[in-house]
Amino acid sequence: MKTKIGLKTGLLAASLLISGAAFADRTLLNVSYDPTRELYQQFNQEFVKYWKEKTGETVTIQQSHGGAGKQARAVIDGLDADVLTLAISYDIDKIAANAKLLPTDWQKRLPNNSVPYTSTMVFLVRKGNPKGIKNWDDLVKEGVSVVTPNPKTSGGARYNYLAAWAFAEKTYGSKEAAKDFVKKLYKNVPVLDSGARGSTTTFLQRGIGDVLLTWENEAYLAIKELGKGEVEIIVPPFSILAETPVAVVDTVVDKHGTRDLAEAYLNYLYSPAGQKLAAKNFYRPTDTKVVDAVDLANFPQLERVTVDQAFGGWANVQKDHFDDKAIFDQIYAP
Amino acid sequence: MSAIAFPVNEAKAVERPHALRDPDWVRWSLTAIAIGFIGLFLCLPLGLVMVEAFSKGWQTYWSALTQPDAQSAMQLTLLTALVTVPLNTVFGVAAAWAITRFEFRGKSLLTTLIDLPFSVSPVISGLIFVLLFGAQGWFGEWLSAHDVKVMFAVPGIMLATLFITFPFVARELIPLMQEMGSEEEEAALSLGASGWQTFFLVTLPNIKWALLYGVLLCNARAMGEFGAVSVVSGHIRGLTNTLPLHVEVSYNEYDFVGAFASASILAGLAIVTLVLKSVLEWQQGRR
Repeated sequence: MKTKIGLKTGLLAASLLISGAAFADRTLLNVSYDPTRELYQQFNQEFVKYWKEKTGETVTIQQSHGGAGKQARAVIDGLDADVLTLAISYDIDKIAANAKLLPTDWQKRLPNNSVPYTSTMVFLVRKGNPKGIKNWDDLVKEGVSVVTPNPKTSGGARYNYLAAWAFAEKTYGSKEAAKDFVKKLYKNVPVLDSGARGSTTTFLQRGIGDVLLTWENEAYLAIKELGKGEVEIIVPPFSILAETPVAVVDTVVDKHGTRDLAEAYLNYLYSPAGQKLAAKNFYRPTDTKVVDAVDLANFPQLERVTVDQAFGGWANVQKDHFDDKAIFDQIYAP
Repeated sequence: MSAIAFPVNEAKAVERPHALRDPDWVRWSLTAIAIGFIGLFLCLPLGLVMVEAFSKGWQTYWSALTQPDAQSAMQLTLLTALVTVPLNTVFGVAAAWAITRFEFRGKSLLTTLIDLPFSVSPVISGLIFVLLFGAQGWFGEWLSAHDVKVMFAVPGIMLATLFITFPFVARELIPLMQEMGSEEEEAALSLGASGWQTFFLVTLPNIKWALLYGVLLCNARAMGEFGAVSVVSGHIRGLTNTLPLHVEVSYNEYDFVGAFASASILAGLAIVTLVLKSVLEWQQGRR
């Protein structure tokens, strides 16, 4: 391995003229968002094994992680992703529209709108829930400090914001009331990190805030990794359906000659093995029949509204809420 | 001369004049504040890095450093330094030579431009390269048509590092070479030495300590740069993560030992740099 890297990078540095074809084995680059690191570490191992058994070919899967918006930007700027596994479909839409690396109807190509597993947004509170936080309206109470990332850069933060909005619109019956509600909510936010993982460390490591709004999977992972007995998960009765889509990047796989591999990789996410791994990593599987009952027990029932139902799709969300001077800029004053 | 003007003071020369003598408590408390500040903001964090790195024992520390991703991050960091430092040494010497030995139009502009990488934020430096070589950038189309990867690959990291570390060598050499003047070189030339002979036999021995000092700083920055490299890296594990980026990745993956173990390598590098720097300063002072 050492000589391979040394030689390869040396050549790159000397000439800048080496293409991806220098690889003997085929590799696949999966560009993903922040909280999926652990899932894909395990999934990649299983897939490499599966592919070896099926075809005899040894492949390498490379991973790149970061805030969803930042990752989409990097792909538009030329990060050679064979497959995308991002947090919101809008980010892949942007790649399709701006860089034309895949068709705009990409979401129709895989089952369930190209969403192999879903999630939702939940609350992580300090042990014993001292502030008594049960539902979204508890978050706007005076003296409750809420930690959530910046919706301009983080996919999870957008879901947090939209869940709060959808709750308020449903409960109080108007868009005006919803706007007031999220304004009050973000008054209680002391710090906006740029990504979900940053917010988790702010809440757990630095001990800031009474409640962390985060992905269900991120909350479980945080407890597993650091917070056993220090924090607990509160699943509110109402939240948002977080649909985390996947896509093959046509231009890139055609250039690399990896289309069959990339498609098999994404299809494997839908297979029983993939669904089980998703559930073990606290993502809600789309095919619950194949998953172990023990893992399913982690997912309490709740009402989950979709972005399409509540907001008429991501394009509208972007225009109404997150563009410059749109609602988020109006309500949030640091 | 002062001895003649103030003969009375000569005996007391070792003692400071009354007006400059502060009461003991002022001197001691100032010293205490300085030491306390250094301890709190330099030694304590550095110590904490080590404590965290070894918090789970030697073996965990060692296995964190020997895992493939950490190894490839170290290799990439070393390779980056190996490529960028020699290049910037040559550029720096050439630039300093041009500026201090020749008169030409736009000389002061060139001097200012050399400082440019110091004055722009590293993140901006990274973005400049994305705007130039990214898929949507000026040269993006040409590069992808010819299948050349610059952004989100090793060449991009090298370019960004080259840009960031450009001023170090030139900044060290320019003041020294200005001060030295060109008499010795002119003498060598007039005695029949060739240009290269003059450089290697006259100029280089005169500037060697300053040059080494510049190279050292350049190297430290090349290995430690985070901001610009983060923008152009693409964060592909085992491929485009340098050591500083690997620290961030490990920290974000709750692998605190891994993060602090890598950080301890960077901290160790900083300490070695400091020691070498002091040695070089001492050498320069002796001359």
